[in-house]
Amino acid sequence: MNTAIVGHALRHDSALRHASGEARFLDDLPEPAGTWHAALALSPVAHGRLRGLDLPEGVRAILPADIPGQNDIAPIGHGEVLLAETLVEHHGQPLAILVAPTRDAALRAAAAARPRIETLPPVLSIEAALETGSFLVPPQIIAEGDVEAALAAAPHRLTGEFRAGGQEHFYLEGQIALAIPGEEGEMLVHSSTQHPTEVQHVVARVLGEPYHRVTVQCRRLGGGFGGKESNASWVAAAAALAARVTGHPVKLRLSRRADMAATGKRHPFLYRWQAGFDEEGRLLALDATLAADGGHSLDMSGGVVFRALTHALNCYGAPALRVLACAVKTNHVSNTAFRGFGGPQGALLMEDVLHRAAAQLGHDVESLRLRNLADRTPYGQRLEPALTRRVLAEAKADAEWDRLRAEAASFNAEHPTLRKGVGSFCCAFGIAFGIPHLNQAGALVHVYTDGSIRLAHGGTEMGQGLFIKVAQVVAEVFGMPVEAVGLAPTSTAEIPNTSATAASTGSDLNGWAAHAAAMAVRDRMAEVAARHLRCTPESLRFEDGHVLPPGGNEGMRFGELAKLCWRERVSLSATGFYRTPDIHWDAGRMRGEPFFYFTYGAAVAEVLLDTLTGEHRCLSAHLVQDCGRSLNPAIDLGQIEGAFVQGMGWLTSEELWWDGDGRQRTLGPSTYKIPGSRDVPPVLRARLLEGSEARAGALFRSKAVGEPPLLLATAVVNALRDATGVPSLGLPATAERLLAAIRNR
Amino acid sequence: MASIEITLNGARRTIEAPPTTTLLDWLRAEGLTGAKEGCAEGDCGACTVVIEAGASRRPVNACLCVLGQMHGRAIRAVEGLGRDHPVVRALAEGGATQCGFCTPGIVMAAWAWTRSGGDPHAALAGNLCRCTGYRPILDAMAAMSDDGETAPGFAAASSQFGGFHLPATLEEAVALRAAFPDAMLLAGGTDLGLRFSEHREHPAEVICLLNVREMQGVTVGEACQRIGAAAPYAEWLEACRADARFAPLVPYLERLGSRQIRTLGTVGGNLGTASPIGDALPVLLALGAVVECASPRGARRVPVEEFLLGYRRNALASDEIIVAIELPAPPPGALLAAEKLSRRHDQDISAVSLAACVEFAGETVSRARLAFGGMAATAMRAREAEAVLTGRSLDDDAAREAGAALRFAPMDDHRGAAAYRLEAARGLLRRLALRHARPDLPATVHA
Repeated sequence: MNTAIVGHALRHDSALRHASGEARFLDDLPEPAGTWHAALALSPVAHGRLRGLDLPEGVRAILPADIPGQNDIAPIGHGEVLLAETLVEHHGQPLAILVAPTRDAALRAAAAARPRIETLPPVLSIEAALETGSFLVPPQIIAEGDVEAALAAAPHRLTGEFRAGGQEHFYLEGQIALAIPGEEGEMLVHSSTQHPTEVQHVVARVLGEPYHRVTVQCRRLGGGFGGKESNASWVAAAAALAARVTGHPVKLRLSRRADMAATGKRHPFLYRWQAGFDEEGRLLALDATLAADGGHSLDMSGGVVFRALTHALNCYGAPALRVLACAVKTNHVSNTAFRGFGGPQGALLMEDVLHRAAAQLGHDVESLRLRNLADRTPYGQRLEPALTRRVLAEAKADAEWDRLRAEAASFNAEHPTLRKGVGSFCCAFGIAFGIPHLNQAGALVHVYTDGSIRLAHGGTEMGQGLFIKVAQVVAEVFGMPVEAVGLAPTSTAEIPNTSATAASTGSDLNGWAAHAAAMAVRDRMAEVAARHLRCTPESLRFEDGHVLPPGGNEGMRFGELAKLCWRERVSLSATGFYRTPDIHWDAGRMRGEPFFYFTYGAAVAEVLLDTLTGEHRCLSAHLVQDCGRSLNPAIDLGQIEGAFVQGMGWLTSEELWWDGDGRQRTLGPSTYKIPGSRDVPPVLRARLLEGSEARAGALFRSKAVGEPPLLLATAVVNALRDATGVPSLGLPATAERLLAAIRNR
Repeated sequence: MASIEITLNGARRTIEAPPTTTLLDWLRAEGLTGAKEGCAEGDCGACTVVIEAGASRRPVNACLCVLGQMHGRAIRAVEGLGRDHPVVRALAEGGATQCGFCTPGIVMAAWAWTRSGGDPHAALAGNLCRCTGYRPILDAMAAMSDDGETAPGFAAASSQFGGFHLPATLEEAVALRAAFPDAMLLAGGTDLGLRFSEHREHPAEVICLLNVREMQGVTVGEACQRIGAAAPYAEWLEACRADARFAPLVPYLERLGSRQIRTLGTVGGNLGTASPIGDALPVLLALGAVVECASPRGARRVPVEEFLLGYRRNALASDEIIVAIELPAPPPGALLAAEKLSRRHDQDISAVSLAACVEFAGETVSRARLAFGGMAATAMRAREAEAVLTGRSLDDDAAREAGAALRFAPMDDHRGAAAYRLEAARGLLRRLALRHARPDLPATVHA
């Protein structure tokens, strides 16, 4: 399969405008005349009954009673309020929208708002919610064999419990929307969103309008990472509500503090497990519970639980198992999608199990990995253990595993207080939305009479390079340079009823939809060209900006053909649609093949730990990620490195901290520390697996890349287990936790 | 009323906006939307612009600067480079942008660095990127070079814009302080700037001390440094780098904020806010600094230990101004060290910090001054631990005993639990002994 444009390492379409400052983010757009600004009054307590709200004079305050439609922003279920009515369920919950002609005035009014709240005792831990059986997502169980009997019969039995923390998305561009009222209830909403269709639905629901009156547009996001799926929708709904009530265009740009207080985060998890092993370290039985802190409302916790459950065994297996996953209700902000969507949390389980078992049985954890690889998941989908072995072996070869281990051992023998550690990790990550019907996409392709092309699809560009990848697909179809493809902002008016750009599926879904649209136009153009060039449409080649008949005869320029089609009154515009084939799930039996394919990755990391203070630094990381035949290796490499560093942050330095009353105290970058440039290992070698090819039916045989490499950061935790000599670590592995782990070793 | 004048991207501009408008808000309202607001607290760097003066280029967070402070200065925003500038090209072509929101700030930090040089990580410490993982940014920087351009110099003159006062002499500053006892005393604004950027305040009276002649610069003397209260950390850091006696402070001062913060933040400000986690304070305590204050009643010299009274409380009278800090050099042969524990190596606030000046008679400690930050309501000396070390050789046993003698009851918060702070403080004392006993070995995980 030779391709002229697909597979090439083209840079991000906006790279030069990003760097020159010309790329316009939402807040950079000129504001329409008469634009007012909104700010949110947020709850200062975690739980209570709202008795009233004292507001300053001189601003317009919008309360639940002002909502013409429903006070409901739920992305999936029902009954999640935009503004609290009587019950306040988390610190930072929006209580009122303050609107003023300037942003300063709105922000000052929001800060001056004084809610009267009768406080109630908050539920602040997963344990407390489990005790009372307060579930948002009731337990889902995947089981196989007789786990009790297998545990009882196992030569070695272990039990474990550990926790993994949440994570703030910290997209550099905070949540923002600009709502511009039109005629007859129409509302144009500019939103920094991963899910324009959901913004449309939620805005329409809050305004009480049919969907057609709401148009949502987005050219680019300043980062999303899952945080601008459901959360962008309510921010946009608040702006639209304020615009409806005041009649002004209204912009709502959350301050960083408000953003971190009021928007959801990655789900923290509590893990409890029992495992049985044989002498050789073969896992015979596993009984595990994964409980997520869903926060105060459902949001998308169902999907997160599903992915945690389906990734809890990662690439490993056990003949008898019972894995239970659930989400509990607490008085925290409602947790939401975050890159990996429960998958990274699920995959932590087996690392704890295998490292504990290795320590107890006196085996090397590396041998336990290989011994326990599975050829299918516990729910019956085929895995490729050969590919897992290959990525792991290649990562180890790249890192010179044996040399690293020997160096660590000799360093540790010499130094009185510092310790080196080395760890590996490998994983299989399933690609597709867990909810089968979400796996669909649309696109719209126009060819103009000068031969230039305009591409619209339902995916959003949040830095991941989706627009350039899909443009490459369209350019490939037409044999045109990628610069000939103009990129339209994502709009619900052009592409309706879309899914979120999420679950790593952006290029798979939208690339195929755009391919279908482009092929539909090309087929019509080919018929016209064939008549003029006296050949069959099938024999034509679209390449290098030309349409060429067979046999070296002179063809015509693509633009000439476009003009000819117009003269002959042939449509040069088409929509394209795609739905992922073959996926299915039986929720009754908890069996099926929910993923279109798996992508495989492996990593080796080396750390240096200070046993006096608990500080550590990652010295090197070697990553190998399977991207099939990459659509764009430069973009994919950027995704791999960026995801790895983001994962390192989640697992080591980023800690969300609530005080005893459930108030979040990490509400800005001064207190919440994402990785900086120095935290990136000085040796960071990431690469794509060579000679790999995705299954038939995958877009140009490529594989998705957005989320899976985030999991590779687990290798850093495993290196810390090695350096501390403590096989089970609480996460994030902050200096404080590591020092305690060393002390209690 | 006078107007604020600045040079922006090489062109003179007269500004009518209120003097406590942030530079970022003003730039964006002028349609220069390259600089972004990512946090409004000086921690993310998306708003980075550069102050130029002659050949010098210093990055600042435009979210924390107010227009009044910038009067007379030359500022370069990303639009002043343009899409053909090699720094812009290097980042664009190196795959160093993903979402692109942080990129203009990174361009400006990198552009300043092509002049000032040094560790590229130090140049990026004030700029967060959530997408790339930084590797392509660092690679792009490795290929950058200085474009050789220079800007006009800066000459301070006293000015007033409504209630915003910019005195140029100490006499004027003292008189203003007496006339407006409730005015906000503003230096670099890296702490107080949050009142403008985050809380959107416009205080009626502000006395900005940045231009006061007697408060400028770091002067090196026989026995001490004299740090002007308005001298930015960047200048103190340079003075330490150039003076072997103070050189052990360099790695510590490089972790104080970021380059952006050190362009504006001052030691005087650290004393003024008297925060328990002000990173300059343990150093001042360990070296026995003296604070020079001025008021209409005359000058006064206060030892720093007497200056710091409690949680965000100091001995400054309501009519007084901090003029300078006299920082004695460590005696020859003394061990000077400063350590900092924070969640992140760069651009973070300390959980615990330790500054130590240990003098020896032969192998024996003759005098030890150990000062901790983050362990009490104010930065504080650990006299019990000092007593344990005195008369001993500085080895691991002595450090353990000194640690056991610590009598702090530190706070328990998001930067660290009390128990962790105490245990880690003890670890820092042992690290001090390790530095002394095994100078051949790395003492920390940091390169």
